[in-house]
Amino acid sequence: MSEKIGRDELAQLVAKDIKPGSFVNLGIGQPTLVSNYLTPEQGITLHTENGMLGMGPVAQGDEIDEDLINAGKIPVTELPGASYFHHADSFAIMRGGHLDVCVLGAFQVSATGDLANWHTGAPDAIPAVGGAMDLATGAKDVYVMMSLFTKDGQSKLVPECTYPVTGVNCVTRIYTNEAVFLITKDGVRVRETFGTTIEELQAKMEVKLLPAE
Amino acid sequence: MLNIAQTAQEAVAGVHDGATVLIGGFGNAGQPMELIDALLECGATDLTVVNNNAGQADAGLALLIKERRVKKIICSFPRQSDSWHFDTAYRAGEIELELVPQGNLAERIRAAGAGIGGFFTPTGYGTMLAEGKETREIDGRGYVYETPIHADFALIKALKSDKTGNLVYRKTARNFGPIMAAAAKKSIVQVSEIVETGQLDPEVVVTPGIYVDTVVKIAAPATAAAEQKVSK
Repeated sequence: MSEKIGRDELAQLVAKDIKPGSFVNLGIGQPTLVSNYLTPEQGITLHTENGMLGMGPVAQGDEIDEDLINAGKIPVTELPGASYFHHADSFAIMRGGHLDVCVLGAFQVSATGDLANWHTGAPDAIPAVGGAMDLATGAKDVYVMMSLFTKDGQSKLVPECTYPVTGVNCVTRIYTNEAVFLITKDGVRVRETFGTTIEELQAKMEVKLLPAE
Repeated sequence: MLNIAQTAQEAVAGVHDGATVLIGGFGNAGQPMELIDALLECGATDLTVVNNNAGQADAGLALLIKERRVKKIICSFPRQSDSWHFDTAYRAGEIELELVPQGNLAERIRAAGAGIGGFFTPTGYGTMLAEGKETREIDGRGYVYETPIHADFALIKALKSDKTGNLVYRKTARNFGPIMAAAAKKSIVQVSEIVETGQLDPEVVVTPGIYVDTVVKIAAPATAAAEQKVSK
């Protein structure tokens, strides 16, 4: 299935939507791409849950320092104005609602904003949760980035999650390769579509879609 | 009174069978490798270990698990591409796993050190990891009750100590160090340098010496090299 909008274009769109001056945590995987498109003019501060604000780009060559890593355990750099703190403080920053936006990947999102991204529920899988539940619960806005359909055409935006949930009623916005969805009190609203229409999407999805306001 | 051990072996000599041991580090950053190696050598077994992960590759905590010294691990992220020793032990039913969301893990450790008898947290509410736990609605939001994690020992890594046990850390290697130092009955710390009392600016001390029982200097070539590079 060819993507309607590329991963990088989508990351660029997310980056553009983040308000200037925001404090942001980018999850591991696709969300990390967003950092490539944040501009200095936006004045955005990145948080990493292993104890840092003001995280800079991935470290290269001589910059690599084993004591300076991100949540994915990749060596990173520090920007002017950076700060370090211990783990309990780092998660207090998150849980205490101090982060403006967190961008996460997902297996599924429900129509009411429940997120499933930590466990497939397979009986032989070794579970690992890391900071996923804290991230889902803590930020003022939780954006999800994912492909809208699985390889076999099942929508990942679902009436109710069938995978074990990471958090309930936490996702506010979903960026996919087909469309951007807003989770609102009225239901799931389609903000914009990419190379498709709301009618075409509705034909393939159980969740009731509302047009943009 | 701070105990300054001469070797890592001497520093961990008191760790007994059946002890609960907090081990600092997030991945390899801040992981007290030499103390863990010494713990492996000293033979203590039947341990309950608290760490963010369950060991990487063939070093540190992974080897403790490989040798079946750990009966139970409390962590947030056991499964990694290189966690093969944990994976094998877990699938064989030879290690008990208590999986805790990372922020709850940190706060449970912090609570123990701060004398808090538990707390209500929104993290994990409505998920598998809250099953069987007490919940409460506070101002319209769901919360889960979590208990403190007390421990007999903490093994942590800091950059420097003075001779009263005041600690400073380095970058993201700080991670669980400060809260683990406070939560354990005995805190054992490996540092790259021990300076005279009075040489650390009191304004930059991160862990006050009251939380620290034993320090041992372990020359850490990688960290020292990095430090030199930074100071240039």
